[in-house]
Formats: sequence, C-alpha cells, structure tokens
Amino acid sequence: MTLRPVKSIEPGIAASVVVVILLCFVSIAIGAYSLSVIDLVRGDAEFHDSMVMATSRIPRTLAIVLVGMSTSVCGLIMQMLARNKFASPTTAGTVPAASLGILTMALLVPGATMFMKMIVATLFALVGTAAFLLILRYSPMRSPLAVPLVGLMFGGVLGSIATFFAYRYDLLQSLSAWTEGDFSRVLKGRYELLWLSAALTVVAYLAADRFTVAGLGESFATNLGLNYRRVTVLGLVIVATITAVNVVTVGAIPFLGLIVPNVISLAIGDNVRRAVPYAAIGGAAFLLVCDIAGRLIRQPFEIPISAIAGVIGSMVFLVLLIREAPRGS
Amino acid sequence: MIEVDNVTKRYGSTTVVDSVSLTIAKGGMTAIVGPNGAGKSTLCSMIGRLIPMDEGSIKVDRFDVTATKGERLARRISILSQENHVTARLSVEDLVLLGRYPYTHGRTTVEDREHLEATIDFMELGPLRHRFLDQLSGGQRQRAFVAMVLCQDTDYILLDEPLNSLDMKHAVAMMKLLRRVCDEQQKTIVYVVHDVNIASWYSDRVVALRDGRIVHDGNPSSFMQPEVMESIFEVDVVIREVKGKPFAVYYG
Repeated sequence: MTLRPVKSIEPGIAASVVVVILLCFVSIAIGAYSLSVIDLVRGDAEFHDSMVMATSRIPRTLAIVLVGMSTSVCGLIMQMLARNKFASPTTAGTVPAASLGILTMALLVPGATMFMKMIVATLFALVGTAAFLLILRYSPMRSPLAVPLVGLMFGGVLGSIATFFAYRYDLLQSLSAWTEGDFSRVLKGRYELLWLSAALTVVAYLAADRFTVAGLGESFATNLGLNYRRVTVLGLVIVATITAVNVVTVGAIPFLGLIVPNVISLAIGDNVRRAVPYAAIGGAAFLLVCDIAGRLIRQPFEIPISAIAGVIGSMVFLVLLIREAPRGS
Repeated sequence: MIEVDNVTKRYGSTTVVDSVSLTIAKGGMTAIVGPNGAGKSTLCSMIGRLIPMDEGSIKVDRFDVTATKGERLARRISILSQENHVTARLSVEDLVLLGRYPYTHGRTTVEDREHLEATIDFMELGPLRHRFLDQLSGGQRQRAFVAMVLCQDTDYILLDEPLNSLDMKHAVAMMKLLRRVCDEQQKTIVYVVHDVNIASWYSDRVVALRDGRIVHDGNPSSFMQPEVMESIFEVDVVIREVKGKPFAVYYG
C-alpha cells in the first residue's frame, strides 16, 4: 500500500499566512512617500505612485519576506545538524565568513557582479560553517551553552580579520553594509537573487525528513539507513548559499535564524517537515514587524532593521539561555 | 544469519576486539556479556555498521555490512546504541514512526501507521505518545527508543544495553517484552547486558567477551558455572537454583 493518509491543512498555518499577508500590506503602505494602497488597488493611482510601488515598495516587502523565510529555515537546519538549539547563521560563523568572502572580492576583484560576489561568499560561508561543525565535533566542551559561545568567538575572529582589512583599505563603510542588514536600498533589479534563497528553502522542505533523522545523531541516522555525511553536506550547502545570498543582497539580520526556530521548536517540536512551514512564516512575520517598527518609531527617518531585530532578538535569546541554564550541563 | 569473521578493531595501540569470529543463527536471543572494556559495545556497533572494523568481515544474511547500501541493511538489521542522547524535540509518536524511514522516507503510508499503532500498543506507550522526548523520564525515553527500533521491523535487532536507566520493574518488563518479540515475531535479538542473571534467565545463548576475545559461548546453563564466571569476571560466584533456574550470587 502506498496511499498517503489525507492530511488537512493545519489551521495554524492558514491563520499565520493571513497575518503575514496583512503585515505585507502594512509594510507596503508606510514610508516617507505617502501612498494610498486602496487607490492603487482600485487603479485610481497616479503614474508616479505606481512607479514607487513597482520599483521600491513591493520589491522591498518581497525582499523582507524572502529573507525572513529563508534565514529562519536556515537556522532550523543548522540546529538539527549541530544538534544544538543555539546554532544559527549568526552564532556559527556563517555570516562573518560570508562577509569576509564579499570583502575579499571587493579587495581583489572590485568590479565583480553581485552573482560573482555571491558565489565567493557562499564558498567562504561553506568553509566557515564546516570549520565550526568540526570544532564542535572535536571540542571537549559538552555543555549546550558552549556552542553559541564558541560560535560567537569564532565569528568574532573572522569579523576582526574582516575589520582589519576593511580598515586598511578604507572599506569599513561597505563592510557595515553587509554586516548590518538594511532593506532601504532594495530596488527592482537589485533583489532578485533572493529568489535563489526561496528556491533553496523549498529544497530544505523537500529534504525535511532527512534533516529530522540527521538531527537524531549519526548512530540513529546510520541505523535508519541514512547517509549522514551526505545529508550534512546538503544542509551545509543550503545554509551557506542562503546566508551568502542574503548577506550580499541586504546584509545580515542578527538572531532571526536563532530565535524564530527556537520558538517554533518549543511550540510544535522538531519534526522538520512540520516545523519548516511555521519557521518560514514566523521568520517573515518577525522581519516584517521589525521593519514596520523601524520605519514608524522615528518617522520620517528609518532605524535599520538589523538594529530592531538585534534588540528584540537578543532579548529573546537571553530568555532562551536562561531557560536552558538549569538543565544545561 | 550473522557471520562475524576474524574481526579486529584497534584504537591506537589498544586492540579492543581481537580477531573475533562468531555465527549467530536466525531466531533466538543472544546475550553478550563481559567485564567493562571487554569490547562488547564495539563488537555490537561493528555488526550494526556504526563503526568500521580494521580487519575481518561481517555479513548479515550474506550482505557485507560495510559494502551494502545503508538503506537496504536498515530493512534487515537495526541497532540501538548505548549512547543515544537525542537533543531534537520529537514526540514519542514521531520518533517511533521514524523507524519506518528505511521503507518510506517519511512519506507515511497506511501500512506505516499500522506498524506505529501496533508498536505503541505493544510497548504500552499510548499515554505518552504525544509527549516530547525531553518531557519523559530516562526509562520512558529508553522504551521509546526500543519502540522505534521495533517499528523498524527488521529480522535482526541489536540492542546495546537496552536496560540502561530502567528500574527493576521496567527492566523485567523490557526483557519479557523482548522475549515475546523474539518468540512471537521470530526475530533474532542480540543484546549487550551487564547483569549475568538477566542474561542467563532470558537468553538462549550467552557469549562472553574478555579483553576483546570470546572466552565463553554456549547455552545459559553452561555459562552459569562458578569456574566459568570467575575466570571471566574475577569475582567469587555462588550458583543457586531459584525457581528451577541457575542464579548467580556474587555479592558480599
């Protein structure tokens, strides 16, 4: 028998999709240049308004949704592969490694296209994350809290190398563009690479069961006939590519890949097939809220989304750390 | 049939398993006993292809464990290793259902569901099925892991210390259950155990290892002899008959 039992769409998913769509409308509607979304929908808008919509507002909101979804799913995959709740692109050296890669390109091949930068950043991110997993594997520290500490230190080392060269060659400002995510420069024609992140998020969903099995550890995975090494490599490629693409196009968003999957894990557990849709929607919603807040607090100025995400994210991160501490050792 | 042929495993200069040859026929329960560091777990892990061997070969139903595709072996032999610390937050039901992964790769079929229900009933995990693993006691978690392996429904089942963190009641329940699986479903169970009385009481065959070599291999009554046990474990042993079976007293 190969029949699959009929599964109803989980009501939670449907409800959260509606919330994300509403947030998208809010995100499109607000900004320094006032637009009437209703006029646009009714076709009464002036030509200039439609232009602002098509070249700036919609790409921006789309970029936020794509980055939010993919970064969050990335974090989920990393947490399964590292078998640790505190692994994420920002706490495992992936983001610093990717920005080091972009900096290398900026120094050596100044005229490189975004695509070329992305490829090099992916390779750096891949090596950086693999190095982190190897450090974990051979590190004598068994406490789950050691993982983010090691990762942040490792990231700090990579970051200081980047800062050193950026300082020497007067590229500090460009460096901050990659390390601090910002969607205000997103325009039509400058964000389309993000669809690659979206595609890889779908790949992660298709391979979800493999990541669940890998998350049980190498012995369980081998017992169940899974090629553990191959799945780890697949996961690393997905994580490194998504991170590199996102960092190249909009810069890093701190803590997003850490806290959203953790909250999802607490609520529904780590069955990756079930968790991926929630993580994706939750990541998009989190980032949309950060963006809307960033644009409303000091109107008409904008607080960078990475600053807002950092403040909210670090607070949630602290709560998660404190929760973990009593059963940490 | 499991055929272990002249298998050796070394860690650095230490030989943990020293040219062991062993044939385990289909059916029945075989206990592997021996003092700490005798190589029991290592041997078990090599049969379950969790670690590679340095010399020799192991075949399960004529399939070489190092050369056969992982998935194919996973439908034939399952192993629960001793170190099974799981950080993933899965429900008992999710975990047990993963036992079907070698067959359907997570695309749960009606048949998988039937296996799941039967195993949950058999292991009496019904009340716990929706609990997450981190919400279970050590003993309950151990039962969930064993359930996953049973749901894998392989002819051969290897269990490295299945009684880990089980109290007296649950240890005995687990042994009775394994005995039933063996007898009713014609499974072949090989398990590592420390308690010699458990080994002799519930098994058809006892294999004793010491310093990486097989030092005794036979039925429980041949194993439950003072001189045999003293030579393996280096403790004074008195054998008494309890409920018609030999029982070893090595305390005091």
